[in-house]
Amino acid sequence: MSDPTPANTVSSKLVLEHVSKWFRTSSQTVHALDDVTLRIAEGEFVCLVGPSGCGKSTLLNIIAGLERPDRGLVQADGETIVGPGPHRLVMFQEASLFPWLTVLGNVLFGLNAVECREKAEYFLELVGLKRFMHSNVHELSGGMKQRVALARALAPNPSVLLMDEPFGALDALTREQLYGDIQRIWSQHRKTIVFVTHNVREAVCLGDRVILFSPHPGRIREEFAIPLPRPRDINSVDLARYATDITHVLKGYVQAEVAG
Amino acid sequence: MIARWLAASLFFMFLVVVWYLIVKAHIWSPLLLPSPVSVLDYLRSAAEDGTLWEATLVTVRRLLIGYGLGILVGLPLGLLTASSRWCQDTIGVLALGLQTLPSVCWVPLALLWFGQTEAAMLFVVVMGTLWSLIIATDNGVQTIPPIYTRAARSMGSTGLHTWTHVVLPAALPFLLSGMKQGWAFAWRSLMAAEIFVTILTGFGLGNLLHYGRELNAMDQVIGVMLVIVIIGLAVDKTLFAPIERFLHRRWGTERQ
Repeated sequence: MSDPTPANTVSSKLVLEHVSKWFRTSSQTVHALDDVTLRIAEGEFVCLVGPSGCGKSTLLNIIAGLERPDRGLVQADGETIVGPGPHRLVMFQEASLFPWLTVLGNVLFGLNAVECREKAEYFLELVGLKRFMHSNVHELSGGMKQRVALARALAPNPSVLLMDEPFGALDALTREQLYGDIQRIWSQHRKTIVFVTHNVREAVCLGDRVILFSPHPGRIREEFAIPLPRPRDINSVDLARYATDITHVLKGYVQAEVAG
Repeated sequence: MIARWLAASLFFMFLVVVWYLIVKAHIWSPLLLPSPVSVLDYLRSAAEDGTLWEATLVTVRRLLIGYGLGILVGLPLGLLTASSRWCQDTIGVLALGLQTLPSVCWVPLALLWFGQTEAAMLFVVVMGTLWSLIIATDNGVQTIPPIYTRAARSMGSTGLHTWTHVVLPAALPFLLSGMKQGWAFAWRSLMAAEIFVTILTGFGLGNLLHYGRELNAMDQVIGVMLVIVIIGLAVDKTLFAPIERFLHRRWGTERQ
């Protein structure tokens, strides 16, 4: 095992080549993704950033196997992705916890009967919610709910964790705590993480690489490596500098689009 | 808790007292409005000679069997209409149409098909329950947020597992209100059937009510009506209320 290595030099965990996707409704066709090519290495933390409508969530769903690309190749560990699987788990942006189960029941959902309880408790401990394991979902705060969702996604031990704006609905303070948690967990468990967000600072804080998307149609515009040491503090000056640069580039694309 | 019980008992005692006072005022003939005491006398004697128990037993048995059949058939059909466009367009439309038919309208048909038998009674109850249950189940399943099934699929849940572990529990609050509605419809249709039709195989509460009218025995009419109301209330409080309380606690929809 080596340090987090840039993509391409080692065999890639996830490979996307020339991926395109259209959404057709009765009245119109939306070109969601256009010729997206991306390689993600084992254990890498990659953030997909872009304004809403740039297809980054669609790309995440395609990697998850919840949607199929219309064109292009999508592979995990060298095998074409044909459907969802427990090796690639999604943590959604909204409350996707099951209200008919307790906190523990939710974390147990993706586990089979043999692994069970001990494992679920371990991951609840990891996100700091073990003492709430018998609580009902509605009794938790927004931040706690997303922590449970994180534990639920980690428990089946996926090699790839796909996070779709998981902290979007949380207040700033709670988010900062979760940045710390997610970095700690990532450094302990070395998952490959693909993290979708429209918050540039969040992306710089978490990612080894930040991939910039532009909308209509959604395509990759630029890539930034973030070589800052970890753990990173979202309020640090170095981090702010990267974020400012990326935001500047992003604004350029948005303005170019508005200008026509 | 005790305060609520006390308030409820006071309220009903008040109603009985008002009833008693109206009778005492002799506004209507006692033949039309018997006093609470004579209604109670009727209930006591009917309980002592066994007719009341027997009629209650016959009615409740018909109800449970008919309602059970309705659920057994209606629940799967509702799930089917929710999961397939084709079933929605066929069974779904049929259910929607037949649901508008008042259940007492099934009585003539049931009599011609089954004659004066238990089967006719059960048929009416099932027809009264089935269609609204299909529609309630269908609605319930269709209102489940799609994020639940997506999350489940992402965690490797498919097919039957998704149905039993995600769709059904997620739809449970809707299923329960559908079952409650089905129960109310079953109760209404059975009473209608029993009042209209005398069946040789059993003498239910509806029949008892009907004969009360034939004999001009107003104390019997009101007494039996009271029994019907009490059974309805008891079922709601003992069968549905605990499940509802549980659901409210879990889902956090409890009213303070």
